[in-house]
Amino acid sequence: WCWGHIISPRRDQSPMASVLLLWLAVCLSGTWAVDKGNFKTCDQSAFCKRQRALKPGESPYRALLETMELTNTRLTLQLINDNNKVRLLLELYRLQGNITRVKINELKPLKPRYEVPDVLIREPPTEPLSLLSQDENGVVLSLGAESQRVIVSARPFRLDIMEGRDVLMSLNSRGLLAFEHLRMRKDTFSYKVTSTVASVWDNIKRTAKEEEEKVEDGMWEESFKSHADSKPSGPSAVSLDFSLPGVEHVYGIPEHADTLRLKTTDNGDPYRLYNLDVFQYELYNPMALYGAVPVMLAHNAQRTTGIFWLNAAETWVDISSNTAGKTVFGKMLDYVQGSSETPQTDVRWISESGIIDVFIMLGPTPKDIFSQYASLTGTQSFPPLSALAYHQCRWNYNDQKDVQEVDAGFDEHDIPYDFIWLDIEHTDGKRYFTWDPHKFASPKEMLQGLVEKKRKMVAIVDPHIKVDSNYKIHNEIRSKGFYIKNKDGGDYEGWCWPGSAGYPDFTRADMRAWWASMFAYDQYEGSMENLYTWNDMNEPSVFNGPEVTMHKDAMHGAWEHRDVHNLYGFYVQMATAEGLIQRSGGVERPFVLTRAFFAGSQRYGAVWTGDNAAEWDHLKISIPMCLSLGLVGISFCGADVGGFFKSPSTELLVRWYQTGAYQPFFRAHAHLDTPRREPWLFGPENTALIREAVRQRYTLLPYWYQQFYQAHQTGEPIMRPLWVEYPQDPATFAIDDEFLIGRDLLVHPVTEEGARGVTAYLPGKDELWFDVHTFQKHNGAQNLYIPVTMSSIPVFQRGGSIIPRKLRVRRSSTCMEHDPYTLYVALNPQRTAEGELYIDDGHTFNYEKKEFILRKLSFTKNILSSVNMAPDAQFSTRSWIERIIILGASKPSKVTLKTAGGQESQVEFEFDASMSVLTLRKPGMNAGVDWSVTLQ
Amino acid sequence: CTCYLLLLLLSLGVSAVEVQRPRGVPLSKRQFYEEGKPFTCLDGSRTIPFDRVNDDYCDCEDGSDEPGTAACPNGSFHCTNAGFRPAFIPSSRINDGICDCCDTTDEYNSGAACQNTCRELGSKEREIMKEMAEIAKEGFLLKQQLIQEAKSGLEEKKAKLAEVQVSKKDLEDKLEALRTVKETAEQPEKEAKERHLKAWEDEKAAIRLEKDKAKMAEVFLELDDDADGFVSVADLLTHSELDPDSDGSFTEAEAQVKHFFLLDKVDTAAFESVWNNIKEKYVSESNADIPAPVETPQEETREPVPENDSEQYPEEDIPEEEEDDDEEDEDEDPDDGDYKTQEQKDDDDEGTMPPYDDQTQNLIDAAQKARNEFDEAEKALREVDDQIRNLEKEISFDFGPGAEFAYLYGQCYELSTSEYIYRLCPFNRVSQKPKYGGSETNLGSWGKWTGPEDNVYSLMKYEHGTGCWQGPNRSTTVKLTCGKETVVLSTSEPSRCEYLMEFTTPAVCQEPQSLYPDAHDHTEL
Repeated sequence: WCWGHIISPRRDQSPMASVLLLWLAVCLSGTWAVDKGNFKTCDQSAFCKRQRALKPGESPYRALLETMELTNTRLTLQLINDNNKVRLLLELYRLQGNITRVKINELKPLKPRYEVPDVLIREPPTEPLSLLSQDENGVVLSLGAESQRVIVSARPFRLDIMEGRDVLMSLNSRGLLAFEHLRMRKDTFSYKVTSTVASVWDNIKRTAKEEEEKVEDGMWEESFKSHADSKPSGPSAVSLDFSLPGVEHVYGIPEHADTLRLKTTDNGDPYRLYNLDVFQYELYNPMALYGAVPVMLAHNAQRTTGIFWLNAAETWVDISSNTAGKTVFGKMLDYVQGSSETPQTDVRWISESGIIDVFIMLGPTPKDIFSQYASLTGTQSFPPLSALAYHQCRWNYNDQKDVQEVDAGFDEHDIPYDFIWLDIEHTDGKRYFTWDPHKFASPKEMLQGLVEKKRKMVAIVDPHIKVDSNYKIHNEIRSKGFYIKNKDGGDYEGWCWPGSAGYPDFTRADMRAWWASMFAYDQYEGSMENLYTWNDMNEPSVFNGPEVTMHKDAMHGAWEHRDVHNLYGFYVQMATAEGLIQRSGGVERPFVLTRAFFAGSQRYGAVWTGDNAAEWDHLKISIPMCLSLGLVGISFCGADVGGFFKSPSTELLVRWYQTGAYQPFFRAHAHLDTPRREPWLFGPENTALIREAVRQRYTLLPYWYQQFYQAHQTGEPIMRPLWVEYPQDPATFAIDDEFLIGRDLLVHPVTEEGARGVTAYLPGKDELWFDVHTFQKHNGAQNLYIPVTMSSIPVFQRGGSIIPRKLRVRRSSTCMEHDPYTLYVALNPQRTAEGELYIDDGHTFNYEKKEFILRKLSFTKNILSSVNMAPDAQFSTRSWIERIIILGASKPSKVTLKTAGGQESQVEFEFDASMSVLTLRKPGMNAGVDWSVTLQ
Repeated sequence: CTCYLLLLLLSLGVSAVEVQRPRGVPLSKRQFYEEGKPFTCLDGSRTIPFDRVNDDYCDCEDGSDEPGTAACPNGSFHCTNAGFRPAFIPSSRINDGICDCCDTTDEYNSGAACQNTCRELGSKEREIMKEMAEIAKEGFLLKQQLIQEAKSGLEEKKAKLAEVQVSKKDLEDKLEALRTVKETAEQPEKEAKERHLKAWEDEKAAIRLEKDKAKMAEVFLELDDDADGFVSVADLLTHSELDPDSDGSFTEAEAQVKHFFLLDKVDTAAFESVWNNIKEKYVSESNADIPAPVETPQEETREPVPENDSEQYPEEDIPEEEEDDDEEDEDEDPDDGDYKTQEQKDDDDEGTMPPYDDQTQNLIDAAQKARNEFDEAEKALREVDDQIRNLEKEISFDFGPGAEFAYLYGQCYELSTSEYIYRLCPFNRVSQKPKYGGSETNLGSWGKWTGPEDNVYSLMKYEHGTGCWQGPNRSTTVKLTCGKETVVLSTSEPSRCEYLMEFTTPAVCQEPQSLYPDAHDHTEL
């Protein structure tokens, strides 16, 4: 929720609140949309304006080949800007796994420039680079694999990455490399220098003869609305362009409320990456939102590549394309007339400070990109199984009684849930780590009540700390000097939920260690094992700051907030997750939800799309928003089910449950000012519809859990765009109203009001897709019209897959731990199928100690078998196989089960000839052992 | 496990009335589960061998083959709960590690350490039931009383209404009579007053004429600079205020044409016709330095205000603007203003109207008395009308089938919490006032009864309270429960600006017998 609502009229309205109310009334003037005026356009951000004013042309940079040094792992080379003679140092690395790293910094900066720490999981291992040729125009280096080369051209400087005769990517080919070197402020001299020492000033000017760039507005200070940015280091922006020949589709750079496929930005602002608390964000535009992952994927039918721009400062990304704006007819005309122009996308990154540190991931497949990116920043954390179940949230559940009643409501209406959430009102005056003494007087009693139902709770802990000398957390942070400082050296204070608040400096490892220790059971009073954490407002949100965030000249030790801004939320979640791990002695997996994020945030928990609204378009946008996050490693994504602001119609609420049930993070949430919307408040029919959607989620938990295990191993997205699995089918490239879960489930949620049907694209010309509800079989590579009713959730299982489910849906996922599995075997045209089954204890790190079961299930030649994929792992389960449903089967005469001891037994079956569905009744073998079932 | 499980007589505490039947089957359905015979799903959909009943695999669409396992998604399990109430639970709660049945029978294979709490619960419940029964009994008695009181109260009110309606008729007659008296007295009063006023007007006119003559003579002397007994055109030309076109040059021709200055000079007698032309604009030479009083008589400085107002609030209704315009038209005419002050001044000179003569005064006094009596009668009639309206409203209120809620009418009940004092005035409004200063918030005015169809009088709805920011108007639902006393038990705000109040009253108490709806189930114990 959002800062705008500090003005919600409470009955205990203080004079200050009234003033704020008045202020807001003026400022919002009754509209519901974002107030764009609160956020900068590129033109209002001095460095962006400055950089964007540079037009493509010949680069002033030249590579000084004589400075080249090539070691086994690294090439270094100086670049010089012929306009001002400032030298840069280029470093080029070839990294393991087909990644090229290009680093550019000043050769001799006035003071060090910020290099992002802690995001890479390690110093990326390198591979040897070798020199293929060299002359006065440049050098050619081998990138090893598959005739890949880098050509370094000297004048003007550019880099081209080639494979065979194809250019995969070019850097600075449009000459937009720009590197604002750090410099002394000259105009401040002129302010101080009196006329009597004017001659001295002249001398100073003369010595600085190379640097005749004019001092522009906004270089040394700028202001936005009433906020001044003192910019003590002056201009320090960096910028670089990338050309992607043959590419018409680029993706990624979340977080934006926009389509999956990124749009060209020629006619508007670039996409902005700057973590901001945006009140009532608008859809389909490039404005910055709560999180930032500076990773872009480029895709065509032949290859996928990726660019990871490791910079945590405010960043803008421009995209242009030579085919954008051409109509289909125009493109056809080009084709017919043999127009020689290949499609090309050009991208340009602009950051306010830091250095250029870019990882070029060369694929070639989408999955290669995911593993390449994962090798740099890590994979999705493996959450407790229960976190994949349903979460019930609201701002706010009022008191313990309310919690108890909502909990009982779920049982009364037989709807499962695992987590109930408490928003900010549960605290004692927005002092995190505390409880309201009246409303939540005995939190442990409440938590124990949930333990008894095998359910859990999440309580919010935000990073803004109330400035109050009676508040332990504040006192400790202050006395340890852990607060971020303002430009004058005092503790930075901003206005947030508690009123005046300090912001701990999470960029400090010692601060994070202290913060983590606050989650210990003896520190966090009232906490228990089943209490988990939610980090909100960690952009950070500062109600009275510029763009509702922190002043850029606030100080994190030696660094300005400007340098580290986009990392703040990442660090908050990191420290919190660490706290949850430590409190259990390293045994239990944490669960932490965050709103702000950066590259690498996938390692610490889940992300949601922030303060959306109860509108159909917001339901629709939840799909591309989570798909974009998945592409850059953050799989554990969800949107507030029902929409945060406003009140959903019953139809929208039901459709949102049906959609959310098939997205990774499944949580209903609602704003304080909205009417209650627990699932049973909309009449028995709608209660039943919501119950069914939630139950579908629970039956699929084994599959979801296995997907998270996979994602944790590989970095592949769980909720994924169709093109990831069908990279050669251009029809899939722009689809973002449907998605895959893993490889095997295709979901096309109903997101239109009053829909009578949806048209789903079923990909893959050799694929079969089975409707999971009716078992009806459809061919791939077609647009399928599916009539829908209010109960429909169009979901298809891919022929060739085996999906385990647990059909005995209980109160919570933990209650289902020992329940038996039903295997859904969907045959492909070759009458084969395969899948996996992963089982562990569901909540500890013991899987790292090889305590798990991983089975490969395969159906071939009429034999379905379970084979151990992890022979060195050890785990036992009480779960067994109660049923096997084979879709697309023919009727056998006999079905025989063979288990490990060689024992054979007959299995009873039923065959539905109309749908070709064979159901094996109660084979009964343990889910963790070898077995095979033969159809005869 | 391949066998079906029978409910065994293992538990020592349970006497031998237990009847063998598959686990989870209620006694009432025992006959459908006959051991050794094929079992037909209760929906009739299929028949299966008896060994598939409770074999932990769901064969029946309706879940009836697995009453004692969690195999069917839609099954239900029956707990006998000897010593307490029997219950059905969803079969998904069998062996989930959570104790749902107080007799622990739902957790036979989960390892959950459940304690049999049925006796405890039973005795506790019986105690509560007893207590509630007692309350209900007393409450029900009170309710009968309330009904009686309401009945007599209603009759009283109806009688009162009839009575008041009669007195209203009397009052109306009286009023008509007094109106005639009043009008009769007012006619001679009016005539006498008019006579008096006319006499005064005549007197004033005479005085004014005198004054004008004196002024003319004075002006003549003033203009006649050379004291030759004649005023010349030249004399007049020194008075630029008399310039008919105010163009700054006052010419002889203008003076002659406009002010009938037909000769070069006039004597006192001829001056009269000139005077009539110039007197309104003429400024005495002794006052000539003082600016003409055209612009700012004091009352006029205030006049621009309405004009400004209408500019600041241009959205104001058109009719009002028209009114403003009328005023402005008057006010904008400086001559008019000038004239008014002049006249006021004259009035002062002329003195005030003399008092009425005795005869007139007597007539006035008589008329005033008649008026007062008439007004009083009219007021009395209005009061009676109000009384009738209130009585009719109260009589027509839905105070429940026996009007048992009538006693709440006109009362208020308060609940004090740590922060607020909540106030419920049934059939009127609900409000909330901060304990430590601050204004009261309206949480809703009486709307309607909103209980479910079979119990309409269990919920009251108060609506259209103070609006919430970007939200609805506040509203309150009042939940009524049986109690001996009439008290607000609690308040809460489950949803923003939607309040819930719990309120006990004897008026909702039911006859105690009906508290045991499931008494017959106890036969199974």
